[in-house]
Amino acid sequence: MARKAVATQASTQSNIPQFTPEQDLEAYREMLLIRRFEEKAGQMYGMGLIGGFCHLYIGQEAVVTGVTMASEKGKDAQITGYRDHGHMLVMGLDPKGVMAELTGRQGGLSKGKGGSMHMFSNEHRFYGGNGIVGAQVSLGAGLAFAAKYRGDNSVSLAYFGDGAANQGQVYESFNMAKLWKLPVVFIIENNKYAMGTSIERAAATTDFSKRGASFDIPGEQVDGMDVRMVYDAAQRAIEYARSGQGPYILEMLTYRYRGHSMSDPAKYRTKDEVTKYRQERDPIEQVKARLLENGVQTEEQLKAIENEIRAIVTEAADFATNDKEPDPAELWTDITISA
Amino acid sequence: MPQILMPALSPTMEEGKLSKWLVKVGDTVSPGDVLAEIETDKATMEVEAVDGGTVQSLMIEEGTEGVKVNTPIALVLGEDEELGEAKQSAAQTTSSDPQGQSPVADAATVPAEAKAAPAAAEAPKFAAQNDPDLPEGVEMVEMTVRQALNEAMAEELRRDKDVFIMGEEVAQYQGAYKITQNLLEEFGPERVVDTPITEHGFAGLAVGAAFAGLKPIVEFMTWNFAMQAIDQIINSAAKQLYMSGGQVTAPMVFRGPNGPAARVGAQHSQDFSAWYSHVPGLTVIAPYSAADAKGLLKSAIRSPNPVVFLENEILYGSTGLVPKMDDFLLPIGKARIARKGADVTIVSFSMGMRYATQATEILVNAGVDVELIDLRTLRPMDSDTVIESVKKTSRLVTVEEGWPQGGIGAELSARVMEQAFDYLDAPVMRVTGKDVPMPYAANLEKLALPNVDEVVAAVNAVTYRS
Repeated sequence: MARKAVATQASTQSNIPQFTPEQDLEAYREMLLIRRFEEKAGQMYGMGLIGGFCHLYIGQEAVVTGVTMASEKGKDAQITGYRDHGHMLVMGLDPKGVMAELTGRQGGLSKGKGGSMHMFSNEHRFYGGNGIVGAQVSLGAGLAFAAKYRGDNSVSLAYFGDGAANQGQVYESFNMAKLWKLPVVFIIENNKYAMGTSIERAAATTDFSKRGASFDIPGEQVDGMDVRMVYDAAQRAIEYARSGQGPYILEMLTYRYRGHSMSDPAKYRTKDEVTKYRQERDPIEQVKARLLENGVQTEEQLKAIENEIRAIVTEAADFATNDKEPDPAELWTDITISA
Repeated sequence: MPQILMPALSPTMEEGKLSKWLVKVGDTVSPGDVLAEIETDKATMEVEAVDGGTVQSLMIEEGTEGVKVNTPIALVLGEDEELGEAKQSAAQTTSSDPQGQSPVADAATVPAEAKAAPAAAEAPKFAAQNDPDLPEGVEMVEMTVRQALNEAMAEELRRDKDVFIMGEEVAQYQGAYKITQNLLEEFGPERVVDTPITEHGFAGLAVGAAFAGLKPIVEFMTWNFAMQAIDQIINSAAKQLYMSGGQVTAPMVFRGPNGPAARVGAQHSQDFSAWYSHVPGLTVIAPYSAADAKGLLKSAIRSPNPVVFLENEILYGSTGLVPKMDDFLLPIGKARIARKGADVTIVSFSMGMRYATQATEILVNAGVDVELIDLRTLRPMDSDTVIESVKKTSRLVTVEEGWPQGGIGAELSARVMEQAFDYLDAPVMRVTGKDVPMPYAANLEKLALPNVDEVVAAVNAVTYRS
């Protein structure tokens, strides 16, 4: 139960990139919003308000938070797979709209027609939300193709998991991205398990940062539980891609605390393994400890942030619970655009 | 959150075992702390606290089996929450039903509409425009289908900078079937893009570019190879608009030769018309004439929707008259009545029109007044034109190169049955490719394909002339 006492010796090491107090605070807020939102989603799933698949991002918050902090919001495009709620929240999509999409209501970001795995925003340049493992990698390369075609200087950030990293189209995309020097950062969120299969049982080589080696795409392994490390690596990768040098691979070593989806028996890993991550490497506790240690925030101030975030999540949950289901006429809309 | 309810691990779970409490009465809990473990025969799950507070009571003993979903299992009150009504009602539940067997109290959580599903609203009716009248005295130019397609792309590339074409051998090689001839010279390598042999990847890449607002034309060397890419065509392109509630679409064209070629064997000879026409979100076009090829490809490139444009290798070299106009556009979703008649309706498209046209000549000479319809677009399908025709002729024969089961003819047959059953004087007859993989041997290949004699025989059957 207790998830305190996160080791902070890392912060004293000189080679760790340091955050300003403002950055720590921003990261803390963003990650806490994801955590509380996802916990609420899990609870609402348990109450039968959310159906089907619901893949929670709990544990992996530092990845999307650090990368997004290093990106240009509203300009750089992001795309991911089905574990996507965290990406939307950090990119600025309305938590009420996200939660109402999870409950399948008319106020959902996709009018209740997409569900947990399918939400998008042209405005925020978020392209989903994709349910087919690996498909987002080709699509993400396409977003980068469009950026280069138009010369708009944006970068495409394409996230996928260690499971997707074994799909064929990933390598087809690596090849084209390098061949055409597309501005794309491939972000592999390695949470060690593709559903219930550990990387050791699925991958001939488990250092995914080297998966671009035969295409001469640079890659690095990053501590995906430390938002500072994520931010630092993402800055490097995004700058590389934006400057016209082509794709870059970041393998984020991360961990999901929850099952693959809600109905996951989680019998493929030990409780101790999960507990160890939560107690020793939790991304939010790391930042919280720093904020307190450096005197940036007091316990009371952090509590106030916690309450603020909880209010946002409660508001989202209330909206998503009480909003109407889509009008039956919506069944027949948005299939094609009439000319 | 005063009451903690028994959660469901999946939409189908109705009850489970409360296997273990990890807190006791009086404990202070923080958000995210694990309160209990739940178990079913297939899964286990932790119940986490969403809000912090103090555990007031645990209503179900650990080890209890068969706890119904949504039964209150614990009461946790935050600092600023009163020990008011929530506790009372929870306590009542506990005392009256200590085993936690109370029925699911879900009235508050399931919207009323969900219980009685309303009748589905009617699908909106698609109404295509008619072909535009050609300007008086317009010059008609004879050209091949290949030239017509090439001109359509060149004109649209000139017109809109967001249009580009990508595919295998489209640029330097000038196109495997020379459909993209000279485009590289005029538009350059940024807009006429040679790809590696990597259909799955480049189809997905093009869909991503379309999400970002470009208008890709993806050439598949043949549609047989697009099987590698069909996931991206259907799951990413076709469904995108719907899944995003109308926000993001994929304005693009997937094109290339479809259908049986000659003597290339089973993997290179197949008609995908019915496959793609099955998919909502796609527009599917399969032209026969050079004029239709040009007018419809231009409209397809301008369409805001993903379009599957099915050409035919054997027809590439066939010629027809195409109006010489600055902007010759044809409406998507409109069939063309190739010949008006009163005795029998023949409906076909693409290469099937060649058999149907030749059969029509024979039949007309034999005194059968055939009405011949070229569907041109397979989705949305212009069944209105077919139904109107059948109401007049009372007889229908369909012709296609694809397999019979679940084919275009099968679909037409069903629609006519539903909408014009009383007008029929004979069963609908289908002339199709045979229900076998395409053989290589010349004689077998000929047998596998539909032919003119089969069309004539089908018409004779439905007109009771045989």
